[in-house]
Amino acid sequence: MSMVTEAQVKNAIPTDQELIDFVVREARLIDQQRFDEWLNLYADDAFYWMPLEWNQTDPRLTCSLMYEDKLLLSIRVERLKGARTFSQKPKSRCHHVLQTPQVDSRDPAANNYVTWTPMHYIETRMDEQTLYAAWATHHLSVENGRLKIKLKRVDLINCDAAFGNIQLFM
Amino acid sequence: MTRYAGNVAAIRDLVRDQEVHRDVYVSEEVFQLEMEHMFPNSWVYVGHDSQVPNPGDYFGTTIGTQPILLVRHTDGTVKVLHNRCPHKGTRITSETCGNAGKFFRCPYHAWSFRTDGSLLAIPLKKGYENTGFEQSHAASGMAPVRHVRNYRGFVFAKINDGGLDFEEFFGESLSSFDNMIDRSPVGQLKVAGGVLRYMHNCNWKMLVENQTDTCHPMVAHESSAGTVVEVWKKAPPGTKKPMAVEIIAPFMSPYEFFENMGIRIWDNGHGHTGVHHSIHSDYSAVPGYFEKMKAAYGEERAKAILGENRHNTVYFPNIMIKGPIQLLRHFKPIAANKTLVESWTFQLVDAPDMLLERTLMYNRLINAPTSIVGHDDLEMYERAQEGLHSNGNEWVNLQRLYSPDEAGQTNVAVNGTSEWPMRHQFRAWTKFMTMGM
Ligand code: FES
Ligand SMILES: [Fe+2]
Repeated sequence: MSMVTEAQVKNAIPTDQELIDFVVREARLIDQQRFDEWLNLYADDAFYWMPLEWNQTDPRLTCSLMYEDKLLLSIRVERLKGARTFSQKPKSRCHHVLQTPQVDSRDPAANNYVTWTPMHYIETRMDEQTLYAAWATHHLSVENGRLKIKLKRVDLINCDAAFGNIQLFM
Repeated sequence: MTRYAGNVAAIRDLVRDQEVHRDVYVSEEVFQLEMEHMFPNSWVYVGHDSQVPNPGDYFGTTIGTQPILLVRHTDGTVKVLHNRCPHKGTRITSETCGNAGKFFRCPYHAWSFRTDGSLLAIPLKKGYENTGFEQSHAASGMAPVRHVRNYRGFVFAKINDGGLDFEEFFGESLSSFDNMIDRSPVGQLKVAGGVLRYMHNCNWKMLVENQTDTCHPMVAHESSAGTVVEVWKKAPPGTKKPMAVEIIAPFMSPYEFFENMGIRIWDNGHGHTGVHHSIHSDYSAVPGYFEKMKAAYGEERAKAILGENRHNTVYFPNIMIKGPIQLLRHFKPIAANKTLVESWTFQLVDAPDMLLERTLMYNRLINAPTSIVGHDDLEMYERAQEGLHSNGNEWVNLQRLYSPDEAGQTNVAVNGTSEWPMRHQFRAWTKFMTMGM
């Protein structure tokens, strides 16, 4: 199966390999800055969550680095294209190194599949390059024959550290 | 090369009526003098007493670059101590915050100290007999900061004995704290939600100045707030405006909006934007909140409290608060070109959770290292920090709506796009920098 174009899941219930390929492809779309295609991987009611606290359980009354719905994610994607987005002149680039995603749970009845992916993420702009280490947890479901992200949670190993700009997506 | 140490005239020359010399931002020597003089001469924010609710609780922070501890003493009062063992200098506490129990114990040689800093015990004490130890610096324990004031939960400290007393330093500006606190039906705030920590490669004063810079949002934030407005325009008619749009879209308000919002100037570098209205004015009402306020204060007073829409109140030298959303930003100097920005949020005790939820959303969307609005600002600060190394022009212009009779005026409200607050901050800067020099 090509990683470059999106594929339908073959059966109503995705295989582990299909879940793994999906997560790997998501990272690839970010690295290749194919942000419109990337956004399409998210369900309409999806959230992208990057906690601020170690083992954070609440995104609402505890602050997060990011807790964004699809509207806010689409605003980020539009902003990256903007003629006056000065913090992206010149643009950042990023690079994911993923460990093979592990399928943590599969619940076809609830249409909910969870994967866990340790990763290193590098973001670079001009002469600066920064390395982040994190775990990505994907909550996926099948919609109209395609896998979609319901929730992507990125737990940074140093989530409570003082960071400079983090401008792209982990 | 020392150019400024002990040279009051040279320091004064850095600040003119309408411009300041770039050395106030780029010179490491000036930065060191700020740490030695300006910060110790000022009342500097330490923390909130809800961070240390119980005896023995401590919270570690800095005044300028000096490590200090906020401590709840056994008698219930809060103390501020220098976080350094009187023996060899070791930092006493291991975590940023925690509970020391009845006393602090240094992890190096086990000297112990009461929660007011006084020396409690030294192992093998007889080794100090007949050595004149009682006269040593070490004998008095962890040095306390002598001038501490807990203003309705907000703790400030002044390291030097000289300077102004608390009331004189803050004057009428404390009304912004009052308004923020009074927004709780029981008049009480609690630190809540966690702190966002964002590292900036620029001078701390660029951030302070930016808090009253009302001519930048519609320009620098066109990329973020402008995109929000554009994307939101495409939403199907009748869609309920999300909280996030309510928060970011007002950054795109036109110049006229900011001109009319007004700026108030108080003594000693303090001041606030949003005399008449602000970007926080048009938030949706939170169900059940006004009823609670009315029950607590009566309708008229409740309306007066909530009718204040002060935007950013700057307390010289290095904090800003947003009363309407209970947020405090602390601009912590690290080096001439490095600043740690901490953004703290508060819960209004006995008010609906949704207020805290909105405050946290604001903080995350505007003040996080992952915030697109934050990216817009930091890009400008860093470009300035770099650009100031040019010798083509050694001066930074702060002239907008300058009038020669403004020095010495205080408690006045002026046009909302004036750079008076910045000029005013620098007048205070000179005053507290050279005081006692
Ligand atoms: S350094 Fe603290 S007891 Fe020796
Ligand atoms: Fe800004």
